[in-house]
Amino acid sequence: MKPFQTWLLDRTKNKDSHTLAAYKQAGGYQALETVLKKPMSPADVIQEMKVSELRGRGGAGFPTGMKWSFMPDPAKDPRPRYLAINADESEPGTCKDRVLMEKDPHGLVEGALIACYAIRAQAAYIYVRGEYRKSYDRCQAAIDEARKAGLVGKNILGTDFSCEVHMHKGAGAYICGEETGLMESLEGKRGHPRPKPPFPAMFGLWGQPTTVNNVETIFNVPFIVSRGGAWHAGIGTKASKGNFLCGISGHVNKPGVYELPFGVTAREIVEEVAGGVWKNRKCKAWFPGGSSCSLVKGEDLDVVLDHDALKTKGSSLGTAAMIILDETASIPQVMDVISRFYDHESCGQCSQCREGTQWLSQIFHRIATGQGLPGDVDALDSLAKGMAPGKTICALSDAAAIPTLSAVRLFRAELEECVRLQKDPIPYERVEYAGAH
Amino acid sequence: MALPQKLVQEFDQLVKKYPDRKSGLIPALHRCQEDLGGWISPQIIEDLAAYFGMEPVEVYGVASFYPMFRLRPVGKHFVSVCHNISCELRGATQIMEHVCKKTGAKPYGTSADGKFTVWPVECQGACANAPMIDVDGVYHEDLTNEKVDAILGGLKK
Repeated sequence: MKPFQTWLLDRTKNKDSHTLAAYKQAGGYQALETVLKKPMSPADVIQEMKVSELRGRGGAGFPTGMKWSFMPDPAKDPRPRYLAINADESEPGTCKDRVLMEKDPHGLVEGALIACYAIRAQAAYIYVRGEYRKSYDRCQAAIDEARKAGLVGKNILGTDFSCEVHMHKGAGAYICGEETGLMESLEGKRGHPRPKPPFPAMFGLWGQPTTVNNVETIFNVPFIVSRGGAWHAGIGTKASKGNFLCGISGHVNKPGVYELPFGVTAREIVEEVAGGVWKNRKCKAWFPGGSSCSLVKGEDLDVVLDHDALKTKGSSLGTAAMIILDETASIPQVMDVISRFYDHESCGQCSQCREGTQWLSQIFHRIATGQGLPGDVDALDSLAKGMAPGKTICALSDAAAIPTLSAVRLFRAELEECVRLQKDPIPYERVEYAGAH
Repeated sequence: MALPQKLVQEFDQLVKKYPDRKSGLIPALHRCQEDLGGWISPQIIEDLAAYFGMEPVEVYGVASFYPMFRLRPVGKHFVSVCHNISCELRGATQIMEHVCKKTGAKPYGTSADGKFTVWPVECQGACANAPMIDVDGVYHEDLTNEKVDAILGGLKK
């Protein structure tokens, strides 16, 4: 792998990296100062973000500068407006935002302030999944420290820019990582996604203009403001600029969260960064970016990681959370776990998803446990095609259908063999227990 | 019975964060569960409904949607065991069996002595340090059976 510059995780290696003192020592809050005192106009900041070609890191890869520019002109629409930061990291395999929040929370706070300035929001709400207590506590402590230092609240750094940053705790529902589900949840309701349109920029939190961004996306903002959008746009591939946090888990020797430039290949990550597939085994298949991406075969590890290249393998970058399966992994058993997850997490509003996720889970479970019925593999395929794309309010239904379709496409023979033999040749070792949904 | 004064004071501050005070409901449910016995009792539902000016059934509808809120009594220590994919690939099944053996609780159940509840949970975002359990809100990662013994053995009675 060629040498590359890093920035996302650099400060996390410093002593007491979560404190204001350490953050300032490392040059923290200088980007905010530049924005407020140079000064840059909100439009200037949005322009830098557009030039940077930063794409959202929450899974959809939407261009951040463009998203910000959707916020209405305050001269024509004077309503209060908000930034919601999506820290509900729940996609299986994804564990990157947690590292930033636990070890470098001030970076997120500074990014939130600059983003609020750019979209003219009066407050940012950081929606953290309830299980991430340490992330919550570290970010809250960072906000408190920043407030004391005049960096959060009224008249920040003595300017007329005022902005609040609030922490908000979720309670374990994956669907609240969907932006409209997140907003419903933040309003104190069940996390039922809303039909779009209206889009959040017009009708978001409490019905006001809102932008929703992922933690890693916001974390990149101070760097882009300090170093310039062109600097960021000079790194990466045509489709995807900059560095990304890659969480690699499963059957590798050194699972972890690594900062890498777009353009590295999956093989470089597995073999050079993550120490190779464990136990000297081969890679059978892998998820490039969380369990809602299509599976990719182990022989296709030479694909480049970015938003475009993975499409050539029928998959997508998602959250760049690679899950590696070695040659002893059973696809029916892997899919049993994954389809159970989507069944558990469906909010139940749309029948395709409510029923579909349940059926997929039941069918994968019976195939994996040697009780598959003739026609089950075709049923998986036709069910999944009835669930996606774009047939439901949100993309959870797609998230269940996509890996299913890839499993059938790439591993049909293995699934059919389990049905024919009435057992999975790879022993099923999981404890059976009645679900409590 | 009404909410303890300490929590009421906390919630009076909490709701100021939001333009609509109902936004404080989920954080308030968390605080009640933490301070008032580890689960959301019918009494808490009624008290929070009164505090937020909602019907109890609305509060129940929210509480029952979220996996972190427990609507039945639980043991003194709550052990969540991740059984999603990254943990399963690295031995979550074995950890689950071991946790059950050590605690005497079955998955989704409480031990006879009331000390432990064991709960299988979906991905907790500790994938790069799998397998993991969460005991009373604290993550324990890169687990082995021996580590589980030390963690559970070190808990106060």
